Amino acid sequence: MIRVGLVVNPVAGLGGRVGLQGSDGEAVQQRARELGARPRAGTRARAALSELAARGADVELLAAPGVLGARWAAGAGWPHRVVPVAPSSETGSAECADSAVLRPGSPRLGVVPPARRAPGSGVGTRAPDAGHVHDAGRPGAPRTTAADTVAAVRALRDAGVRLLLFAGGDGTARDVYDALGGDTELTVLGIPTGVKMHSAVFSVNPRAAGEVAAVYGREEGGVPTRRAEVMDRDEAALRQGRVTARLYGWLPVPFVPARLQQRKTGGTVLSPDAVGGIAREVREAAQRLPGAGSRGPLLVLGPGTTTQALAAALGAEVGPTGVSALVPGGGTAEVVARNAGGDALLDLVRAGRPALVALSPVGGQGFLLGRGNQQLGPEVIRAAGGAARVLVVCTESKLAALGGRPLLVDSGDDALDAELTGYRPVITGRGALTMYRVTI
Amino acid sequence: MSDARRQGAAEPTREDARVAPKPALRRFHQARWDEKLIFELSTPGQRGIEVPAPEPEVAAAVGDVAAALPDALRRGTPPALPELGQQQVLRHYLRLSQENLGADLNVDVGQGTCTMKYSPKVNDSFVRDPRVAEAHPLQDASTVQGLLEIMYRLEGLLREVSGMDRVSLQPAAGSSAIWTNVAMIRAYFAARGEAEQRDTVITSSFSHPSNAACAKTAGYRVITLPPDADGYPDIEALRAAAGPRTAALLITNPEDTGIYNPRIEEFVRLVHEAGGLCAYDQANANGILGITRAREAGFDLCHFNLHKTFSTPHACGGPAAGACGVTEELAPYLPRPTVEFDGERYRLEHDRPDSVGSVRPFYGVVPNLVRAYAWIMSLGAEGLREAAEVAVLNNNYLLSRIREIPGVSVPYAQSRPRVEQVRYSWERLHADTGVHSEEIGLRAADFGTHYWTSHHPYTVPEPMTLEPTESYSRADLDEYAAILAEVAREAYEDPDVVRTAPHRSTVHRAREDTLESAATWAVTWRAYRRKVLGEDGA
Repeated sequence: MIRVGLVVNPVAGLGGRVGLQGSDGEAVQQRARELGARPRAGTRARAALSELAARGADVELLAAPGVLGARWAAGAGWPHRVVPVAPSSETGSAECADSAVLRPGSPRLGVVPPARRAPGSGVGTRAPDAGHVHDAGRPGAPRTTAADTVAAVRALRDAGVRLLLFAGGDGTARDVYDALGGDTELTVLGIPTGVKMHSAVFSVNPRAAGEVAAVYGREEGGVPTRRAEVMDRDEAALRQGRVTARLYGWLPVPFVPARLQQRKTGGTVLSPDAVGGIAREVREAAQRLPGAGSRGPLLVLGPGTTTQALAAALGAEVGPTGVSALVPGGGTAEVVARNAGGDALLDLVRAGRPALVALSPVGGQGFLLGRGNQQLGPEVIRAAGGAARVLVVCTESKLAALGGRPLLVDSGDDALDAELTGYRPVITGRGALTMYRVTI
Repeated sequence: MSDARRQGAAEPTREDARVAPKPALRRFHQARWDEKLIFELSTPGQRGIEVPAPEPEVAAAVGDVAAALPDALRRGTPPALPELGQQQVLRHYLRLSQENLGADLNVDVGQGTCTMKYSPKVNDSFVRDPRVAEAHPLQDASTVQGLLEIMYRLEGLLREVSGMDRVSLQPAAGSSAIWTNVAMIRAYFAARGEAEQRDTVITSSFSHPSNAACAKTAGYRVITLPPDADGYPDIEALRAAAGPRTAALLITNPEDTGIYNPRIEEFVRLVHEAGGLCAYDQANANGILGITRAREAGFDLCHFNLHKTFSTPHACGGPAAGACGVTEELAPYLPRPTVEFDGERYRLEHDRPDSVGSVRPFYGVVPNLVRAYAWIMSLGAEGLREAAEVAVLNNNYLLSRIREIPGVSVPYAQSRPRVEQVRYSWERLHADTGVHSEEIGLRAADFGTHYWTSHHPYTVPEPMTLEPTESYSRADLDEYAAILAEVAREAYEDPDVVRTAPHRSTVHRAREDTLESAATWAVTWRAYRRKVLGEDGA
C-alpha cells in the first residue's frame, strides 16, 4: 500500500468561466467572484478520487485539511487521513481551514470514514454536488493563497506520500514546484481544474488522474516516471495583449502512456531507442556541417526532456531547463554552456564553430520557439545560420499527441518566423522523419 | 430469478422448470482449464509411440547407425523435450484451443486492417491432396507440372487484378512482400547508379508500419506524411518531401481510415517527377477488387496479401503468402526462380542475373497459393468484384449501425463513404465516462467477440478499427453492433463493469508490461524457467 497525498487549490479555475483567463492573485479572484464565478476544483478533485476508489486501488489517502483537500475527499467515498498544515500568515489561521485542521506537532490524525455511497453513484458518474462546497468561492468564505498550497504540499511530503495529486492549474503547478524544488523525487500528478493548462504535469481529465493514481498504487511505485514541464503564462504580459509562457521547471509524473495497450505488432508506444536514434541523426547532421571537421560543430539544445535525453545519448549531462550548448564527439560530448542566456549564446555561436540548433516542442502546445526558450532569440538563430540550421526533434508519440495541430514559432522576428514556417522534417528516430507543418 | 419467485412464491412451480428463452445477446464464457505448460506435464519415460526394437538380424546388418553421423552433427546431450503419451498431448492442445477466440468461432469483424474473411474449408481439401501435401521442393519440375501450372495461372490472375506485367508469388507474407518490393527498388536504382543519391523512402502515417520498417531495414531514411485535416496524407507535405533523394513512395489506398484518396494519381505523379518509384501497398485490396488497379493509378510496384484479400488463412504469424506485382521495367529484379511456360511444359527459371535473389526458400508458401487460386477460380472475375462490393456494403451498413451508438465518432472526411474498413473513435465516450477504447474491446470479449484499436501512436484518439469483409451476414453485423451498443450503454450507466472486464475469459488480463522488456518476457520454456521460475543456469 502506498501513500497518496491530495492537495486542492480551491480557487483554481475561478476566473475561467467568467472570461478572466486565469485566477491568480486576490484581485482577479475577487473580480471573478463578483462576476458570479463558482469554483470547480473541489468537485473535479472528487471525481478523480471517485475514480481511484472505483479502481479498487490499495492506497492510503492523505489529505490536506479542509478546502485544501479533506473536504473533497470526504465526498468521494474514500477513507482518508488529514495531515496537519501550518496556516499561512497571509490567510490567518481559520479561513482556509475547517474543523479537521490540526495544529502542527499534534500527535492525532483525524480518520474520516468513507461516506456511504448512494445507490447508482457508481464510478464515473459525476459525484453528487454537495451544496456547501461552493462556499469556498463565495464572498466571505475561506480564501487560500499560494502559501497555503506550498505549506500543504510540504506537509504531505513530510508525511511520506509517494504520489501527490494536486488539483489546480498552471499557477498551482508552480506552487507545487516551488514547494518541492526541481530535484524532488516525489512523483506528482495534476488534476486539471485551472484555466491555464500549459504545463505537462496534468492528466487529460480528472478521472484519468484517478486512473493513473490507481495504476501507480497497484504497482507499488513500480510505474516509471518522466519529468514533465511546469509552465505558466506571463499574466502581466497577457493583460497587455501578449501571450507568452515561461518554463519554470520539471516535476516527475507517472508515465502511464496507453494503460492497456492492444497491439497488432510489436513496438512500444515510446520506444526507448527513439531518442538514441534521434541523437545519432543530430550528431551526424552536426558533423556534416561545412567546417565541422576542423573546428568541431556546436550543437545548441533548447529546453525539454527530449533534448535532455538527446544530450544524454550524446554523452553529455544537461538539465531539462534552459538552453545548453555541446560539442559532440565520438562517444561523449563536451558541454560548453549550461543554462546559457541570450548574450552568452550569441557569443558562442559567433565564436566560429559551425552551429546547429535542436529544438523540441515544449509543453504540449507545440511551440518550438518563443515559449519557455526566449533566450534563443532571433539573433542567435540568425548567427547560427538561420532556419536551415534549426533541427526539430520529437518522438512520434509526442507528435501524435498534438492531434494534427501544427508546430508553432513566435521568435519575435517576423522574417525569421516566416523562414521557419512551412513543412519541416521532424526527426523522430534513427533514419525517421515526419514532414510536419510549422506555422506562426 | 423467475417472475414467480420474485413475487414471493415459496415453492418451485412448473413455471420455474420452464427453459428460459435465449438472451438477446449471447453470454459467452470462455473455457478455463488452468492448463500447465506442456513441459510441466512431462513424465520421464512416457512416449506417444513405443517403437519396437529392430530384429537382431536387422540390427546386425545395419550396424551402429549413429556412428555414421559426423561428430559435428551429434548432440552432446539429448534434447530437453517433454515426454507424454498421445492422449495427454491431444488433450493439452484441445484445451488450449478452447481458450482461444479464433476467426471461425466469432464474428471476427473487429480485427480491422486484417481482412478476416472466411477461409473456405473446401480449399483445404485441395491442399491435403497428396499431390500438394507430399510434393517435395527438390522434385524435378517434370513431376510437379500441375502445381507449377497453378502457380503460373495464379500469377496470370493477379496480373489481371493488378494490371501489372509480372507477379512473384515467393514472399512469405505481407511484410515479406513489402521487403521484396523495397529490395527491387534498391536494385533498380543501383543499376542506374542512383543508389547513393536516392536514400529516402516516403510513406504516410496511416499506411501500414511495415512500409516504414521494411524501408529502414533496407537502409533507407524514411519520411512520414501526417494526415491532413480531412484524413488524407498531406499532399503539401509530400511536395516538401519529394526530391532528388526520393527513391520511392510506399503508400496504402484506402488507408487504415477506410477513406479512398482520390488524389492518388497526383501523389504518384509528384514522386515520378522527382525521379522516384511508387509502390502500392495492397495488403488489403478487398474493397477495390475489380474496381481500381495499381497500374491505372500509375504505380510501378504493388503487393497483395493472399491471406487477406484472397481468403487464405492468416496462420497467426505463421506462413501466409504475399505476391508482388511489377511493371516490365522492374521485372528483371523479381525474386528467382520464376515460373515460365513454353507452350508445352512449365519450368522454373533460376537464371535471372538481375534478380534480388530468393526471399523465401524454393517457391513460396505453395499450399496458400493453391488456396488462393481455388478461391479466385470459384468466384471468377464478376465474383471478385461482387466480393468487393459486398465488403464495402457491409462496411457502410456496419458504419451506419455504429453511428447510432452514443459516444462514437468517425473522424475525418465526414461527407465521404468508407471503403472496406473504418477507424472509429471513442473519444467522446471516454470524455464522458473515463472508459478507454481498450476496455470496451475487453468487455466485448464477454459477449464472444473483440476488436483491435490501431497501430501506435494513436493518431485517432481512443481508436477502434472494424472491417466486416463480405463474409458476414446482416444478422452477424447486427449482433456485433448490438454488442458494442450494449457495452457503450454499460460504460455510461455502470462503467465499473466495463473497466474491470473481461469477466468471462480464460485469464482476466495479461500483464502487458511484462511483454515490454526482454528482462521479463518468456517465449520459450528455458526463458520461462530462468525469468519466471528464477532457476539459475536454465
